[in-house]
Amino acid sequence: MTLTAETTNSTAQDIGRSHTPPKARRTGALPTEGGVLVRPPAAAHLSDDDVRRLGEELDAIRDEVIASRGSRDAAYIRRMIKLQKSLELAGRVALLGSRYKPLWFLGTGMVATGKILDNMEIGHNVLHGQWDWMRDPDIHSTTYEWDFVAPARGWQHTHNDLHHTWTNVIGKDRDVGYNILRVSPDQPWQKRDLFNPAVNLGLSFVFEWGIASYDLEWDMVKAGYKSREQFDSDLAALRVKAQDQIVKEYMMLPAVAMLTKSGRRALTGALTANVIRNMWAHAVIFCGHFPEDVDTFSEDMIDGETRGDWYIRQMLGSANISGSRLFHTLTGNLSHQIEHHLFPDIPSNRYIEIAPRVREICSRYGLPYTTGPLGLQLASTWKQICRLAVPDDFDRRRPIASIRRAWASA
Amino acid sequence: MALSAASVFTAPRHPQDFLQLVNPLSSARQLRGVVTSVTPECSGSVTIAFRPGRGWHAHEAGQYARIGVEIDGVRQWRSYSLSAPAGQDPAITVTAVGRVSRHLVESTRVGDVLFLAPPQGDFLLPTGPRPLLMLTAGSGITPVMSMIRTLVPRRPDADVVLIHSARTPQDALFRAELATLAADHDGLHVAHRYTATDGRIDFTSPADLDALCPDWRSRKAYVCGPAELLDDASQMWHDHHVADALSVERFETALLTDAGAGGRVVFEKSDKEAVADGSTTLLEAGEDAGVLMPHGCRMGICRSCLVPLRAGQIKDLRTGETHADEGELIQTCISAPCGTVHLDV
Repeated sequence: MTLTAETTNSTAQDIGRSHTPPKARRTGALPTEGGVLVRPPAAAHLSDDDVRRLGEELDAIRDEVIASRGSRDAAYIRRMIKLQKSLELAGRVALLGSRYKPLWFLGTGMVATGKILDNMEIGHNVLHGQWDWMRDPDIHSTTYEWDFVAPARGWQHTHNDLHHTWTNVIGKDRDVGYNILRVSPDQPWQKRDLFNPAVNLGLSFVFEWGIASYDLEWDMVKAGYKSREQFDSDLAALRVKAQDQIVKEYMMLPAVAMLTKSGRRALTGALTANVIRNMWAHAVIFCGHFPEDVDTFSEDMIDGETRGDWYIRQMLGSANISGSRLFHTLTGNLSHQIEHHLFPDIPSNRYIEIAPRVREICSRYGLPYTTGPLGLQLASTWKQICRLAVPDDFDRRRPIASIRRAWASA
Repeated sequence: MALSAASVFTAPRHPQDFLQLVNPLSSARQLRGVVTSVTPECSGSVTIAFRPGRGWHAHEAGQYARIGVEIDGVRQWRSYSLSAPAGQDPAITVTAVGRVSRHLVESTRVGDVLFLAPPQGDFLLPTGPRPLLMLTAGSGITPVMSMIRTLVPRRPDADVVLIHSARTPQDALFRAELATLAADHDGLHVAHRYTATDGRIDFTSPADLDALCPDWRSRKAYVCGPAELLDDASQMWHDHHVADALSVERFETALLTDAGAGGRVVFEKSDKEAVADGSTTLLEAGEDAGVLMPHGCRMGICRSCLVPLRAGQIKDLRTGETHADEGELIQTCISAPCGTVHLDV
């Protein structure tokens, strides 16, 4: 029972961004004994035995959390859901009177906050199955649908299944750049990367639509890894959901607001709230894997991966954001990206509790634990994206010439 | 209708999700009821009456309902007979035996929300007038109590004999109410059997039953109580060639667990079977048997592989934890069977 990466054909490897089939056949829990042939540089000093012990320590944290889940956690997620619904309802009511400017600001703010809570602290985490243990059909990964245009089921596939399994493995984890960005120096430079910063900025405004189209995996259909039928059924699901969202946000609710002469303001309010949510989610999520200090991996590096090695990849491949408790809630606790990637299915309110222990383990084993305030992490992410827009051998003194040279050979 | 029209304002949420902020019974997904009274009965029992939300249908006397409560954050479901007469708001009478029942007895307060499934069951009164014999023990009296409360006060031609076994008079549920009913109505005759002093009814010969109710063979009979009583009564009625006159209500379901790890896996919907050892996952076993198993990461992260457990016990290969709750969603990629397992796939 070893996790074996498939042998990739050399063209895929060369291009670096076309992908091997999403899954190698593997099953069961990862082995606890053995190890990868080569560990990533940041973990090269660890022996197989160290890694095994590290795995056991992290397993123990997980077991402890799982065993202590209970009414306190249930009350937490119910409180979040109630808060989210109240914000959404109050925000929409306020927008009905939004021809008075203060109500526009209030309504827009509440709708945006409600959406952020729904998408991140509730939706993302429920869809991970973090609350499945409650057996409540309203808070269950198999039934939840979020206020985000990407249909939940398709997102669960690309996110839970692909991204969380193959975290930061170039050629396997399609979330590394979402097929449209160059976010790691390990991805070979292409001509389109010149637009990296512009694409990233544009994406931040329309993030929910970007994710929705990404989840359709058109590139996988082209590569022959995803069937046309599956694509068509995913597209049909997206159509239905997108139509519902557009009709609600930009037609029905503004239409009702017209009764109070607030129609136009209600429309701009809804639009603004959606954009705020898009930019916030984009910022938080990009800080999770794309700051400069985060590592990426090759498929060779995960051959023979044990449970401990898998944990190490999650830690090296993720970055946290530091902040207040309120901040963590508003990021859906994705500010605890490291803890989330180690244990994707424990209740999100527990990440903050285990974070000091995870950090202590990292320091004891000499592993980096990347974290910093939002401003710094975001700056680092943007710096990385701008730097990677130009070819690796970019010469600052002769910018035009070096791009022209790379363009010719790309 | 109005609600489904209103969903254009709430998609992807249901309007009921927002109504729930003011009305705890409002739900598009799960039938709920609010507790209207909690009445202590004899030792360790309470009657919990509740007002169900939309989606419930009126119960018939003798039916049961599945009741869900949350214990330590986890939804737990059990079936309870409804003890209230037909035509009234439903109520259950619960004796504090087992985790869920104990929780219901000890922690239920007026105003609490219960999760519900509509009443069901065919342990029902006959459609025409017939002389009846009710044979009950312990909390097995609850569905029969609903029948007696429904029938006796309303039908002057009722002819009901109730033989109820309880350990002591203090343990006999509804004793005072039954005494009043029997005094007020000629159609009800109640005989209590206190097993602590009189011993259990002896079913090895008809003598006991003949003494308690001489014409038992000619009555339509209902039996509800512990498995032993049901088995004994079934045998007795069978031996006397009146098995058709007996209706039996069983509360306990048979456990399919064998000792040791590994076992037979039955894929119900696919109509396939496989035998798996203790380290083979349900997912592998299913795939090898040609079942179209849902799957994703295959290492217990993504939950794409969830399948409802119909019966049996499984073991989480990561933690060694076992799961045996009917209807629980199982991660097949990291679970192995313990004995015979039935999966809803």
